[in-house]
Amino acid sequence: MFLAEVVNVAEKSVEKAEEASSGFIIHHVMDNYKLFGVFPMPRIHLFGIDFSITNHVGFLFIAAIIVFILFSRMAKAYQKSLVPSGFNNLLEILVVFIRDDVVKPTLGEGYEKFLPYLLTVFFFILTANLLGLVPYGSTATGDIAVTAGLATISFIVIQAAGMIKNGVFGFFKGLIPHGIPVWITPIMFIIEILGIFTKPFALAIRLFANMTAGHVVIFSLIGLIFILHTLWVSPVSVGFALFIYLLEILVAFIQAYIFTILTSLFIGMAVHQEH
Amino acid sequence: MDWAYLAAGIGAGLVVIGGGLGIGKLASSAMEATGRQPEATNDIRTSMIIAAALIEGISLFGLVITILLALK
Repeated sequence: MFLAEVVNVAEKSVEKAEEASSGFIIHHVMDNYKLFGVFPMPRIHLFGIDFSITNHVGFLFIAAIIVFILFSRMAKAYQKSLVPSGFNNLLEILVVFIRDDVVKPTLGEGYEKFLPYLLTVFFFILTANLLGLVPYGSTATGDIAVTAGLATISFIVIQAAGMIKNGVFGFFKGLIPHGIPVWITPIMFIIEILGIFTKPFALAIRLFANMTAGHVVIFSLIGLIFILHTLWVSPVSVGFALFIYLLEILVAFIQAYIFTILTSLFIGMAVHQEH
Repeated sequence: MDWAYLAAGIGAGLVVIGGGLGIGKLASSAMEATGRQPEATNDIRTSMIIAAALIEGISLFGLVITILLALK
């Protein structure tokens, strides 16, 4: 599969780049087999697939545990009183923002069924992105495998929603818009089928590239001090790196928001197929 | 002769030109629209951020390919 080839090339280039001066950057941005870069973790090989707990997998677990703890406590607090207090205030602002300004306008009717999945996607991606900005943290979403997994789950949700609502045959029939000449229909059909696959692929690549690019820029700016072997470039370097760091926080929020709103838009387009 | 590095450098520059032009045009029309009708600022800002993220997604496609070229 194409993804396996991409990962293969990336792994081979990791070994080659270790000798180059960019080895430092590559080593810190890509996955490695030690948690936090320090503790060696067990390697598990099952059925020829590598299931070992790597750095990114560990941070995926940490993000999942954080999201689970925060929201189970919030749900329990809602049983006592409808008015939240403390940190639940902040989470309620975000949840209501997603429900009213992201899911309801783009999905249309019947949005309550998809709200749990979309809220989970938003908060999980946000937590994973923000954990990558903490010192000694690594971005779990800066791995093509993680974002491809999230995009695959979104793909399954979109297709299942469309097929359950419209029937399998009706879904494919509804892909072609009305009011077009008859002889264009085969081409439109092929284009729409291609579109079904390219949209989640773009979701995966967008999230992966945005998260990785920011970290590579920060490492490159700081690495400029070492490449030029001089200390006088450090005020400029650190200043720029700080600016890019703050931009990265903004990009973390924006990318989680974009993933959620695009998934909800695609679900809306699949469920309400009137063009 | 390692042409791959040259290609990666030129490619990255072209990607930046394309992304910068696209998002610059988008921001300019967003500013104009906000100046014309300040009550719609929130809607315009939301649409601008969505469109900017989509354009940036495409430019990052190109960036991923140049990174693969430079590392091969």
